[in-house]
Amino acid sequence: MEPSGKIKIQNLNLFIGKQQILKNINAEIPENKITVILGPSGCGKTTLLKTLNRLTDLYENIKISGTVEMGNEDILHTKTDITKIRRKMGLVSQRPYPLPMSIYGNIAYGLKISGHTKKQFLDEKVEYYLKVTHLWEEVKDRLKQPASALSVGQQQRLCLARGLAVDPEIILADEPASALDPVSSMAIEELFTELKSWYTIVVVTHILRQAKRIADHVIFMYLGEVIEQGPAGEFFENPKMEKTKAYIKGAFN
Amino acid sequence: MMVFATLTIILVLLLIIASIIYKGLPALSWDMISQTPKGGYYFGKGGGILNAIIGSVYLSFGATFLALIVGLPVALYMNVFLVKHKKTVHALRFILDILWGIPSIVYGALGFIFMIWLGLKTSLLAGIITVTILIIPIMIRSMDEALKFVPRGLFESALSLGSTRSEISFKVFLRQCIPGIITAILLSFGRAIGDAAAVLFTTGYTDNIQGSLSHPAATLPLAIFFQLGSPVPEVKERAYASAMVLIMIILIISIAARIFSQKYYKDKIKF
Repeated sequence: MEPSGKIKIQNLNLFIGKQQILKNINAEIPENKITVILGPSGCGKTTLLKTLNRLTDLYENIKISGTVEMGNEDILHTKTDITKIRRKMGLVSQRPYPLPMSIYGNIAYGLKISGHTKKQFLDEKVEYYLKVTHLWEEVKDRLKQPASALSVGQQQRLCLARGLAVDPEIILADEPASALDPVSSMAIEELFTELKSWYTIVVVTHILRQAKRIADHVIFMYLGEVIEQGPAGEFFENPKMEKTKAYIKGAFN
Repeated sequence: MMVFATLTIILVLLLIIASIIYKGLPALSWDMISQTPKGGYYFGKGGGILNAIIGSVYLSFGATFLALIVGLPVALYMNVFLVKHKKTVHALRFILDILWGIPSIVYGALGFIFMIWLGLKTSLLAGIITVTILIIPIMIRSMDEALKFVPRGLFESALSLGSTRSEISFKVFLRQCIPGIITAILLSFGRAIGDAAAVLFTTGYTDNIQGSLSHPAATLPLAIFFQLGSPVPEVKERAYASAMVLIMIILIISIAARIFSQKYYKDKIKF
């Protein structure tokens, strides 16, 4: 049985100025699976991802219509404090953006701002999430050092650990491996595969092979529209739309 | 080209320091910085400029502190809360740049007008307020220059961790920009301690050590001005010695601030 949709996107249109970036998007993101938003550069994948936790709030001249539902709440029009909703979604960006503080501080940050101050609790959580992201062995002796001292690959795992520490339900990842070397990039992919039993994961990528490796569910976008979506097996083995077939064959990128 | 540019800068700096030391060092003495002017000081008799040192330190610390309290929240607000309103921020930057460019004598005259309206006399307080208004645009704009380079990705990451905009301001932007903010404070402090025109009508002058906010205060730039205007050569030398003291104060503050911000240089993420 197909699990229930964790996020439902309906009739979503997004304009920046007069340019339409997202065109009538209807899509579902299933729970506890890796959903890959796939498509060539500039097709609106990242914008769609940022709409999910309303990072679009930061941009000028944006007009959005439609709904993005999670639970029974429309994220785009809710009266609930948006920071509470954002806390349910961890973000992994194209390149790591560690906070300007220590390794320990990076993970403790989210916990501290949500009111946890007990040192023992923070210590436990920091250790736990560094272990989840396989960083603990590498950094356990230098937790007080600035996060900027880590390699880019380590920083990206630190950013994931930091996001997980606030106990989200969803992980949003925007081309999480694009700044990483092949080894670090595989480490991130493996992590996602391990984590999907507990989290709903949405990964934006334009790398077809990466999508094939990790996807359970695919949303294929082209020029701001969703062309095709469905379970990964079906999508890659038996695509229905001409555009999808061409893309999978590598006719365009 | 690079060598030429570097040499020019070093040469200008050396020229200023060397000429001041050459002219001022003979007059510099412990008496000069530990005593107030005795009778006939301006005709070559004994005493020092302690009154001006203390007055200047009070004035510039007071004004820098007030400008920081006003300026930091404004600069953070422009970059964290108004991030979506680019046009407003552009307009604010333009206005601040104009304010920065207005000569300080105009601020002095403005302060003077207000003092007449309110029936105030020249005083340390009037000077602090005038200089605060003079350096607020410098404070805000130079902090803004540091804050505007915080990458959007860091902002988005912090938002996604569930931060409010205030938390982002004070826990992320501020930390990331501490070195730049310290530079902004130093720039403002340097302007505050070095400006003569803004304090000329508002702060007045006194040969005594500052006792209260409502009394006139001596300042180093004016001390230099008065001594330089003296026909007595020894007093002229004292003007250069006073300039040395002024530069030393700025140097000490700069170095102390750099040492303080070292820790934050390490935490700053290089993007």
